[in-house]
Amino acid sequence: MTVTVAQLKRGQKGIIKEFADDILPIKLLELGCLPGNEIELVQVAPLNDPIYINVNGSHIAIRRETALLIELDVFEDKVVV
Amino acid sequence: MSKQINVALIGNPNTGKTSVFNQLTGLNQKVGNYPGITVEKKEGICKLARGVKAHILDLPGTYSLNTTSLDESVAVELLLNKNDKDHPDVAIVISDVENLKRNLLLFTQIKDLKIPVILVINMADRMSRKGISIDITLLEEKLDTKIALVSTRKGTGIDRLKELIADYKNLSTAPNVDTTVIAPEYFDKLRTTFPKQDLYKLWLVITQDVNFMPIEKKLIKDTSSFATKSSSELKRLQQKETILRYQFINGILKETYKVDLTAAKGFRATLDKILTHKVFGYLIFFIILLTIFQAIYDWSSYPMDFIDELFASASEWVKNTLPPGMFTDLLAEGILAGIGGIVIFIPQIAFLFLFISLLEESGYMSRVVFLMDRIMRPFGLSGKSVVPLISGTACAIPAIMATRTIESWKERLITILVTPFTTCSARLPIYLIIIALIIPEGRILGLGYQALTLMMLYLIGFGAAILSAMVLNKVLNIKSRTFFVIEMPNYKLPMLKNVAYTVWEKTKSFVLGAGKIILAISIILWFLGSNGYSEEFNDAEAIVTERVQSEGFSNFNQSAIADDLRSYTKALNDSVSSGVYDISALAINDSLEQKKATLSETALQQEISSYKLENSYIGKLGKGIEPIVKPLGYDWKIGIAVLTSFAAREVFVGTLATIYSVGSDQEETIKHRMAAEVNPETQRPLFNLASGISLLLFYAFAMQCMSTLAIVKRETNSWKWPVSQLVFMSVFAYLIALIAYQILK
Repeated sequence: MTVTVAQLKRGQKGIIKEFADDILPIKLLELGCLPGNEIELVQVAPLNDPIYINVNGSHIAIRRETALLIELDVFEDKVVV
Repeated sequence: MSKQINVALIGNPNTGKTSVFNQLTGLNQKVGNYPGITVEKKEGICKLARGVKAHILDLPGTYSLNTTSLDESVAVELLLNKNDKDHPDVAIVISDVENLKRNLLLFTQIKDLKIPVILVINMADRMSRKGISIDITLLEEKLDTKIALVSTRKGTGIDRLKELIADYKNLSTAPNVDTTVIAPEYFDKLRTTFPKQDLYKLWLVITQDVNFMPIEKKLIKDTSSFATKSSSELKRLQQKETILRYQFINGILKETYKVDLTAAKGFRATLDKILTHKVFGYLIFFIILLTIFQAIYDWSSYPMDFIDELFASASEWVKNTLPPGMFTDLLAEGILAGIGGIVIFIPQIAFLFLFISLLEESGYMSRVVFLMDRIMRPFGLSGKSVVPLISGTACAIPAIMATRTIESWKERLITILVTPFTTCSARLPIYLIIIALIIPEGRILGLGYQALTLMMLYLIGFGAAILSAMVLNKVLNIKSRTFFVIEMPNYKLPMLKNVAYTVWEKTKSFVLGAGKIILAISIILWFLGSNGYSEEFNDAEAIVTERVQSEGFSNFNQSAIADDLRSYTKALNDSVSSGVYDISALAINDSLEQKKATLSETALQQEISSYKLENSYIGKLGKGIEPIVKPLGYDWKIGIAVLTSFAAREVFVGTLATIYSVGSDQEETIKHRMAAEVNPETQRPLFNLASGISLLLFYAFAMQCMSTLAIVKRETNSWKWPVSQLVFMSVFAYLIALIAYQILK
């Protein structure tokens, strides 16, 4: 099963996998969503959407539909309480 | 040489760009719009050493030169178009200390356009706290530029920046990154087709509309000849370019930028946890809303009352001081009243923008958007629509101005179109007086019927806003490709200077922008109300005087005079019996006669002005529209009030006061007068449950506010939206009021 940003738990981190061309809006790339960069899930909004991530030092919130597009290698399973 | 240096400030949102702008220009700034679009244009003058001046332009915040919104395309257009009068001699990229990497993406793009560029690293005061150290000299060398380390909070580094601006001719214009490596063959082809053009500039022009609507390609006439790549191929290349640039930047930062991750990080995380918590988050937001609501609704009533009185007495003064005549009337009743109608909104607008800019500066606003986005989405709105909708309960004008933060044009437009449904404070006087007339005072479960009715009206307003948003979301076919992403900036203590500038600017732009239109319509209304073509109008004084002599005053005035006299007599007798006055019965009688004469004179004047109004242009108009308003249960007098209150809802009560010749705006008197009004056909009170509910619903839905129309015109830059808003809301209000009256009567 592929893991995407949408499946991360709070405090969990992952590394962005190579993704298919022009899947993500250019704006996300500019904000640092590039293959090889680390993503941390900081917060999830009360209704489970949007989600708040820290990628490459940028703190941004995106909607779940966008998060589903970003595939990850999860390397840290530690959940920060 | 007297030529000014053209400077463009450019940078990501939330980097303190505006603070730098304020530091450079002080109050020498002006805010306008770019021609033809509603993107805000901020410019100012900065004095440099040796009498040189710099013209500073604050470009809209952008993350890169790959445009995805109107704001960004403004920035790119300006950088690309050498013929634009504002084309910068030097660009200043403003970055904050923490997000340097991301900001350098934009920096390298501008550098590659061969425009001289200075890098400002702002918020230098946070470096040690965040455990960041930067080797500035090495970074300058690697980026081939000059860097100013600035702290706008402490005011340091601005002098160095000014020196760098003055010295801009010595900046290197060599590019940082060779973009052609992402697709060598493609760029070769471009080079041979357009040998005279700069390749990177060409590339930016070609890719402008890949993510956004087409912008004018002023630089190159024939774009079809290099449409050898499909838009998805171009998009892919853009992504490659971004990756390439980040490789370059990462390489440089590895050597020059050190961050100690163990340094304080906890503050932000803790605050985030509380402010976006599923219970406390909403609770805190609710409390903040209450405070804002309270401020706009309650605190601002003091300055508003003051302004109201000030203008009333100014108009009184003009009337008493200047020789009577057309010009004096125009000045006192048209122009001064018109200006007063604009100025009275200033406290509410100032308060609202005070809070909004505090919330934005502190970083809290992003958290609200985060909390509310999912809830608003089914209605075609975004998390960013929350603030305008809430502020609409005070006044739709500042609320519509506050929609500027919404990037998606469709979501923004829907927000603008539905905001006037929320119950603004101008509806309140009408609601209060009509509810008091038609709703009994009883209670149910400890809640008054009247209070419940008022609450229902607020709910109806919100309901109408949400429902019409849903409908508009289905109906409007606007391609809006902006997808939702919002930066969650670090929490900061707001800088008072920035807050003050924002409040000043927004207030000023309201007064000057919407003010002109309000003033014009006020003057027209005044003219129509105080002029007439008929003999009745011209001879009003004689006709009314004669009528009063033969038939006496109207019933209402008769009983009002009697009441006044009774209480006056009582007061006099009380004073005499308690020994305050010692006067003879004859003197008392004289005094009473005098009082009666004064009261009669006032009553006469009131009846004359009432008669005049009835026969003025607007009175004729009222009679003319009577057939239209009759099915709603209104007579021609209410019809006139509905017409004049097109200018602003609060005019309704004032107009009725003039027509019923009560002459004072005191609510009680008008209420009594209205209660006594009888429908000549049904012989029942004119203001009964049916016509009252019909009026309440009419005002709940109708777009009776030209200030709002003016601001919608300004914000959407077209008459199409305010006009359709006006037509739709008026027709809707009419139909609902009609149905309500016909069912209830």
